[in-house]
Amino acid sequence: MKANKTSPLTRRAFIKNSSLAGGGMVIGFHLLNSCKPKVIAEPSVDLSSLDYNNFNAFIKIADNGAVTIFSPNPEIGQGVKTSMPMIIAEELDVAWKDVYVEQGILDTENYTRQVAGGSQSIRQGWDALRQTGAKARHMLVSAAAARWGVAPSECTVNEGVITNAAGETLGYGEVVKEAALLEVPEDVELKKPKDYKIMRKNAGNVDIDKITTGKPLFGLDYKTEGMVYAAVLRPPSFGHTLVSFDATEAKRMPGVIDVITIGERVRDLLADDPSFSSKISSSDKVVVIAKTTWQAFKAKEVVKAIWEEETPLESTEEHNEILTGLLDGNSFKTMRSDGNVKKAFAEADDILERTYESPFLPHNCMEPMNFFAHVTNEKVHLAGPIQTPAWKAGLVAKMLGRDEKDIHLEMTRMGGGFGRRLYGDFVIEAAEVSDKIKSPVKVVYTREDDMEDGIYRMAIKYRIKAGIKNGQVTAYHLKEAAVNDNMYGLIPNFFPAGAIENYQVDVANYKSNITTGAWRAPYTNFLAFAEQSFFDELAEMMEVDKIQLRLDLLDKVKPEEDERIQYSPERMKKVIAKAVEKSGWGNQPDHIYQGFVNYYCHNTHVAEVADVEIENGGPVVKKITCVVDCGIVVNPLGALNQIEGGVIDGVGHSMYGELDFANGRPTANNFDKYRLIRMKEAPIVETYLMENDHSPTGLGEPTLPPAGGAVANAFKAATGNRLYQQPFAKRPELLKVLEKEIIG
Amino acid sequence: MPTYQLKVNGVSKTVDVSADTPVLWVLRDHLDLVGTKYGCGIGQCGACTIHVDGVAMRSCSLTPSQVEGRSLTTIEGLSENNDHPVQQAWKEVDVPQCGYCQAGQIMTASAFLEQNPDPSEEEVKNAMHGNICRCASYTRIRTAVMTAAQNMD
Repeated sequence: MKANKTSPLTRRAFIKNSSLAGGGMVIGFHLLNSCKPKVIAEPSVDLSSLDYNNFNAFIKIADNGAVTIFSPNPEIGQGVKTSMPMIIAEELDVAWKDVYVEQGILDTENYTRQVAGGSQSIRQGWDALRQTGAKARHMLVSAAAARWGVAPSECTVNEGVITNAAGETLGYGEVVKEAALLEVPEDVELKKPKDYKIMRKNAGNVDIDKITTGKPLFGLDYKTEGMVYAAVLRPPSFGHTLVSFDATEAKRMPGVIDVITIGERVRDLLADDPSFSSKISSSDKVVVIAKTTWQAFKAKEVVKAIWEEETPLESTEEHNEILTGLLDGNSFKTMRSDGNVKKAFAEADDILERTYESPFLPHNCMEPMNFFAHVTNEKVHLAGPIQTPAWKAGLVAKMLGRDEKDIHLEMTRMGGGFGRRLYGDFVIEAAEVSDKIKSPVKVVYTREDDMEDGIYRMAIKYRIKAGIKNGQVTAYHLKEAAVNDNMYGLIPNFFPAGAIENYQVDVANYKSNITTGAWRAPYTNFLAFAEQSFFDELAEMMEVDKIQLRLDLLDKVKPEEDERIQYSPERMKKVIAKAVEKSGWGNQPDHIYQGFVNYYCHNTHVAEVADVEIENGGPVVKKITCVVDCGIVVNPLGALNQIEGGVIDGVGHSMYGELDFANGRPTANNFDKYRLIRMKEAPIVETYLMENDHSPTGLGEPTLPPAGGAVANAFKAATGNRLYQQPFAKRPELLKVLEKEIIG
Repeated sequence: MPTYQLKVNGVSKTVDVSADTPVLWVLRDHLDLVGTKYGCGIGQCGACTIHVDGVAMRSCSLTPSQVEGRSLTTIEGLSENNDHPVQQAWKEVDVPQCGYCQAGQIMTASAFLEQNPDPSEEEVKNAMHGNICRCASYTRIRTAVMTAAQNMD
């Protein structure tokens, strides 16, 4: 075979092919170039010489027709390892049961956006993934047509079998060699949604058999020959830095290989890239290297370390005072301002102002943080659970002074992410440890490390003020006071932006030494509760129907006149109508109290209704009805799982989630002191998906934020009490039915 | 370090570990049975659940001497061909999201159904209450345990 290269430096490989041992073919269709592709058919190579570790592709087709699809993005439980290959398989037109899925490795040249975050994998991959599958199909059909001497348009394809007008058939595996040598087409027509055979149908998790039989899948399961384990003793409090340590006893413990310190390279990195300084401590850390995980954990406990207070040790009490002070003060940055709220408030007939408060939250991924690193002169091998592999590979390269091409990063399945694994401070640590000990090593956090050395959801307080004039909402002012960082992106332009003439969003923050970051549905995970509780209370004050108030405001939104407004009032109104219908809103028996919420975030429109009953004098969440418009649903079975999980996670954290600090240190460090929602507290989740042909949007996050608001509004209906602080369970006096309600 | 004779998934194994090594880490680091997961180390989350003589127990809170002479079953040994009714129900219902806690969930559910083959939903909830699923796949866990109970008849 002859290479068909034209200016290879400017046009990267779209296709690689190589012969399989049995004479088959491996084709890689690279996503990055799928919009402006160019074929390079490399000379066949023997399979034995093919480096699978460095072979990155979306599709492999063997001569027997077997299809392997590589899933490009990290899998954190959001289901993309199943749904992204489904999109490719649909357009490729193969039977889903014949597809074998493998996790792709990090390859910044050939894949785009290998990130698990922001509920964006499906939305942003939608066009490219479909094009990849469709172009491959087109080339396979063209190859068959050429062999038959007919036009491709005379051929049809179904599940990997191409048929011509005479009824002759060829399987993909039979024409794959010729197909690989064809020019990659520029424009390929994509399937119409009505013709989908794989998408919109239920597909089970592709890793299900491995999960139910306990096969190695996760970072904690990853092992290589000669690998040692590292437990890291980090500063006990945020603000502490290491002075000295004594590891005499630790070194005598069974299995201990060495006790070292790390930190120097991290400080160099932070000097170079200050953006990461809020995510990792710059203190030296003591690292115990041992033959097994348990030996490393045990020896870490007996390291005697002296720490000093470099910056003040903070507490939740102080944070509360500081954030309240910010809300009362005048140091805001304005994120959006329409009209003149000050004037509108001065002219208003009525004003409602409320403050909502939330605590720090740890992510508590079930799989504690961990990462493998093996730094050698040849390459830097990294493996483990990470939501942002490219970012971390770049930071490690920078830290070790290596070329990014030297970094080989494998993504394992993740035992949860929720934002914690966006940061990869543990990747940096593992790389520094391996660089120092010249050995393959896995850094493993204990649960206590995981909870005490987090990158937490920061405490936030919102103050919302609305003005009413002549029965209309004329002004709305949202103030945010947060630890470290404020809301970003389009959040200030979410509802009710565009609906109220005088509208303003102001933010202020306090810089803490506690590391904070994204937590499933950043900012909106609390803002939705605040805003939607506020609208309920506003409707009560205005003596109007709660849902009608929201609908009337939506009527005023004109996204076509304001590009910052990306939610669709029309889609939202349909979601609301469906939720009203399916939840039996307003038509419940007397013992069921309901709370309503509608919310837009992560490009998805959601409405939720909580059903609450009184048991033993207190409210209990029995059911959440959830209506979602996420456009085309790639995999309904997976989608429902995300929705159910997101809703229950939202209920759980608004009920119980709280991490307090004292002396710079979390007051809980394991599940005996930190409460997560469990089976008996989990409500039924009844889900309805809107049916339309809009491009798909994500589901990992958008059903979580509304849940807390739905619960709070239902609790108000049930008890007469309004909740302004999370977690709700912290205020047991408000979780009792008001005396007058009982009497009444 | 002392040696212990452990019977894991029907096979006798000799391990040389310090006396305080939790069975969880013996399984994971010494016997390469990594299906049993580390979640909290203090018996609070259930990710490390195994069967000891058929009873669901937290392997993070057991020492080797406590299980010597007893029959240990891990997720890897629950069935020959991934065909235990609980495993099949987990697949049918498509329970996992991240999947990390599911081995523990399956081991808790399978031991529970041995004791109570025809449970009410309330009994299922009580039985599964000790196992945390951070992805909150609780509705599907509940459905899958009920499905498995029906299929075990």
